[in-house]
Amino acid sequence: MAEPMKIRALLKGDVADIRVLVAHPMETGQRRDAAGALVPAHFIQSMIVTHNGKPVYEGQWSQAISRNPVFAVRVKGAKVGDKIVVSWTDNKNDKRSDETTVAAG
Amino acid sequence: MKIGGSASALAAFAAAGLLKTTQAMANAWNKTGFESKALPDALKALGAAGATESRDIVITAPDIAENGAVVPIEVVSRIPNTQSISIIAEKNPFPLAATMDLANGAEPYGYVRIKMGQTSNVRVVVKADGKFFSAVKEVKITVGGCG
Repeated sequence: MAEPMKIRALLKGDVADIRVLVAHPMETGQRRDAAGALVPAHFIQSMIVTHNGKPVYEGQWSQAISRNPVFAVRVKGAKVGDKIVVSWTDNKNDKRSDETTVAAG
Repeated sequence: MKIGGSASALAAFAAAGLLKTTQAMANAWNKTGFESKALPDALKALGAAGATESRDIVITAPDIAENGAVVPIEVVSRIPNTQSISIIAEKNPFPLAATMDLANGAEPYGYVRIKMGQTSNVRVVVKADGKFFSAVKEVKITVGGCG
């Protein structure tokens, strides 16, 4: 099971600045290990962020996203206490979902 | 296999246009786009072959990135009704890095860190009101990050 994501959602004016740090190897499938064998591709393909249940960000990702991905989303019309849920699915169909609430910035 | 089976059934429904939800954008992973090895093919797979160059797409990325494994890319689109932002590292083995669909109050903004194999233009494609716009920013890479 993958480690939890770190999610920070801070309200600035009426915009929630959501920053997410994901623990994931994001293997390209082109890297070789010490023995010279190709390390199989293993990367997040789908990243979804919802704000009070409504999808605000649907990312389709490739192996070109850096290891332990960091990304950000900004949502207008947010309030302190709003629920933010972040969910990913990778190419091996592993999944993880974490949530937080919007805090005063 | 059950999961895979239902997923492909869903994909078939989606392809047939039978599965339409108002809330979810739920676009299938753009396999053709992500497996494209050349820029024109990636643009075509996005439907953006005829994208208009735009100065209303602001790309913030380092001029020189020492480590190609972690290149921060920030995008702000000033184009009204921006629906999606795609990031393409033109000279990567597979140029299309990500497509971000935005809705329900999401600002026309994107930030993500990507890998770049070599010095190249980073092309950003914005879809707004069903039309495509693009802009580029060159990023010089000292040590490639695709290996």
